[in-house]
Amino acid sequence: MAAAIAETKGGPSRPSTYGSISRSRKRALVWSYFFLVLFAIFFLMPPIYMFITSLKTSQEISAATNPWWVFNPTLSNYVELLTSNQYLTFFKNSAIISIVVVTITMLVSVPAAFALARMKFWGSATLATGVFLTYLIPETLLFIPLFKTFAFVYEYTGIQLINNWWVLLVIYPTLTVPFCTWIMIGYFASIPKELDEAAIIDGASYFQTLTKIFIPVALPGIIAAMIFAFTVSWAQFLYPLAFTTSTDQLVLPVGIITTLIKGDVFNWGQIMTGALLGAAPPLIIYAFLMDYYIAGLTAGATKG
Amino acid sequence: MVDAATETVGIRAARHARPKPSIFKRKSTIAFLMALPLIVIILLLVLYPALYSVHLATLNKSMERFVGFGNFEFLFKRETFWMVVKQSCIFAVTAVLFKALIGFFVAHFVHAIPDKGQRKWRGMLLVPWVIPPAMSTLAWFWLFDPSYSAFNWLFALVGIDPVPWLGDPYWARFSVILVNVWYGAPFFMIMYLAALKSVPEQLYEAASIDGANWWQRLWYVTLPMMRNIISITVLFSLIVTFANFDIVRVLTAGGPIDQTHVFATWAFKLGIEGGDIPLGASVSLFMVPILGVAAIFILRDITKRGNEA
Amino acid sequence: MAQVTLRKVVKKYDDTLAVRGIDLDIADKEFVVLVGPSGCGKSTTLRMIAGLEEISDGDIAIGGTVVNDVPPKDRDIAMVFQNYALYPHMTVYENMSFGLRLKKVAKDEIKRRVENAARILDITELLARKPKQLSGGQRQRVAMGRAIVRDPKVFLFDEPLSNLDAKLRVQMRTEIKKVHQKVRTTTVYVTHDQVEAMTLADRVVVMNHGLIEQVGAPNDLYHAPKTKFVAGFIGSPAMNFIPCRLEENSGALTARMGEVSLPLPASRTERYKAHVGRDMLFGLRPEHMTERRPYANGQAQDFAVTVDVVEPMGMETLLYFRINGEEVSARVEPTSAVAAGEVMPLAADLAHMHLIDPKTDKVV
Repeated sequence: MAAAIAETKGGPSRPSTYGSISRSRKRALVWSYFFLVLFAIFFLMPPIYMFITSLKTSQEISAATNPWWVFNPTLSNYVELLTSNQYLTFFKNSAIISIVVVTITMLVSVPAAFALARMKFWGSATLATGVFLTYLIPETLLFIPLFKTFAFVYEYTGIQLINNWWVLLVIYPTLTVPFCTWIMIGYFASIPKELDEAAIIDGASYFQTLTKIFIPVALPGIIAAMIFAFTVSWAQFLYPLAFTTSTDQLVLPVGIITTLIKGDVFNWGQIMTGALLGAAPPLIIYAFLMDYYIAGLTAGATKG
Repeated sequence: MVDAATETVGIRAARHARPKPSIFKRKSTIAFLMALPLIVIILLLVLYPALYSVHLATLNKSMERFVGFGNFEFLFKRETFWMVVKQSCIFAVTAVLFKALIGFFVAHFVHAIPDKGQRKWRGMLLVPWVIPPAMSTLAWFWLFDPSYSAFNWLFALVGIDPVPWLGDPYWARFSVILVNVWYGAPFFMIMYLAALKSVPEQLYEAASIDGANWWQRLWYVTLPMMRNIISITVLFSLIVTFANFDIVRVLTAGGPIDQTHVFATWAFKLGIEGGDIPLGASVSLFMVPILGVAAIFILRDITKRGNEA
Repeated sequence: MAQVTLRKVVKKYDDTLAVRGIDLDIADKEFVVLVGPSGCGKSTTLRMIAGLEEISDGDIAIGGTVVNDVPPKDRDIAMVFQNYALYPHMTVYENMSFGLRLKKVAKDEIKRRVENAARILDITELLARKPKQLSGGQRQRVAMGRAIVRDPKVFLFDEPLSNLDAKLRVQMRTEIKKVHQKVRTTTVYVTHDQVEAMTLADRVVVMNHGLIEQVGAPNDLYHAPKTKFVAGFIGSPAMNFIPCRLEENSGALTARMGEVSLPLPASRTERYKAHVGRDMLFGLRPEHMTERRPYANGQAQDFAVTVDVVEPMGMETLLYFRINGEEVSARVEPTSAVAAGEVMPLAADLAHMHLIDPKTDKVV
């Protein structure tokens, strides 16, 4: 593969006539498109297959006809799920949790990032590094001690944290806050220092400097961080799987996997519909705010 | 002499005792308060559980007795444990390697086409990263279905025998890696693309004038300029992949016969499903070494940048 | 009344002293320029006046009140920054009125003041625009407008013209002077550009290594520098410093610089006598080394040099040559310049010479 490109793209640097340059460039372009199409098929196949299956009836699926084609398209899977109280509960739980977590994340990480980026205090540099390292501690390390801690909390206070969807509101910020703070530090640090000095001379308090200057100026960064927080909360699978069990407490990813898959009777049309609808909110946000989404993704590495 | 010395010291002390401008002091107090929720979250919900899991790992199953390294000794004697170690490493290293390679080449292809179309392609190619992995893995699960596999249906068209994607241990390992690569490669692509865009065009022009061919430009210009991004992306991905849970859990749940377990899924099985919390904690602690190594690299990188700045 | 007073002001960063105890009195309505090379402490001083930096020691008073512990917003100052520091998400009107809005000034009062400032700066038609839509010069005006609307006791300018191209800089320089003549507010202006300092200031404060070298009216600094640093810093091209030995010949003094030897004016004999026989620095500006022409004061001394480099500037030509191993420049009429490598007879106007003691770097 590499050799093919090397050959096709090697042309432009060699002294040659204009015609051959443009011809070899064109050849390189054709190869690029060829591979891009190949990879696009690879990358898009599962979601497309989800969509295809979601339009099929159970009869068509079990008839084992061409799986890549829909002979009798139907929306019954969608209708069934969207009128199912259970599925709507999952959706509602996911939506409430994600929105609240985004709010909490912003309320915590924006002021913290402002303080860390601009108002240096004792230990602030260490804290900034600590924030970043926290992001690297995976949830797969924390779910067991958290599970045990929640059991303790119940023993001593009688507050039942396990199997309550709102406990996720407490845990999810650990996934979102460190990274959001980190990228907000980056965005805030890129604002010229004179801007807050001008605001201070204009008579703004620190809080006003944050709300009237920093937040509006760093709005793209804040949107990127919000998208990140939303998608992480929406997609989180391990914590709800470990901490919630009753069907009315489940969020979408866990709900689909634990309730739609019943023993050996897989209703694949419905499972794929559920998964596709579950993937829809992040996909829709992505479709409309792609640039912010990508800016948030790359900010972590390029700024850190 | 002595008197004179103490006197000057006294004067100095008095000078310093002059009330410090309160505005600057107040500033750091406000700053600390603004960062306080963050500090509380980190201490209470990340640092404390992390340390608590170390404590848990030293208890017996009913968590009444201190057993020291008892859990670890027990693990070391179990064949499954060593299999999980091996599988976690193979899984993480292979998946990251292919993610990095595929991401790198796809980024180059996207970078090679006219700017106008790049947005569209980039948008399409990032879709796997956007879909919650638990959802997309379901699609793969369905694609790998033993009786209705859409892949096997295609293979049958060209006369290839059906592949036991998730039924055979080796194929199952291949499948979890494949899905992980599918999910993670777009992230690499986006990172590399951003890095490629940040390489000044003049460098390539200068290299071309110096007579560098495509390969030499890649080797001497692109790679050195992207080194930072490549290393940090690989590091991130290594951590995330090493600690992966969703894909393995949904796709194989560790099966067949525990052959595809990684630390996270096995810890979940032992700790939450099996009810042996200390043993689960012990297993998950094995993710710490790689995190430690990554942390050292990143800290070094941060301090290096700090010195340069 | 808004005089600004600095008493033994010190700024310490960890263990480096950025400002090492300066005293300065700025009169009401005065335009004072702090000038010096980067790192001389001029910006730090300005920022301490603004309240953006903590004062390590000493006192700063504005209008007679010590403001050491007063936050910037209560010091009644306005500041114009090098990169303008306009709020990018606000229109020009919003930028200019931000401070007043924070102070909860009445809406129509804000409107009146913004429009007045806009008229002074000729930016009325820009009020609805965002900073992104403005040129560098326009942004500069808006930044000044933001300062004017607040009607402060003191204007602080921190290198406000450094980001502009050369042509615009000259234009804005005049603009700033005009504005000051209109609003007559006490102004402290920081720059590293001595031309800006000379053209704008009522008084120039030359700073170096955290200390004030000299304070004076622009022409005083130019003609009577007190130190080698000021002599070299003010004026472009810079003053020539040539190592010389002071010799006495039957009551008259001569500066010997290698092959060139110039008899010094009799009026200076008394001043320089103490240094006879010592190695000194002979300072003379390039404009006082010219082709031979009739001089009214009769203190021109002739000498000849071999020219190394010729730089035609249009209205004048710069010649570079060596005297006593030191590179020296002279400004001559374009018509009288010779080609590089040729010998040119020159005249030094010794009425404008300075003698510097290399031990103290003070002008004798």
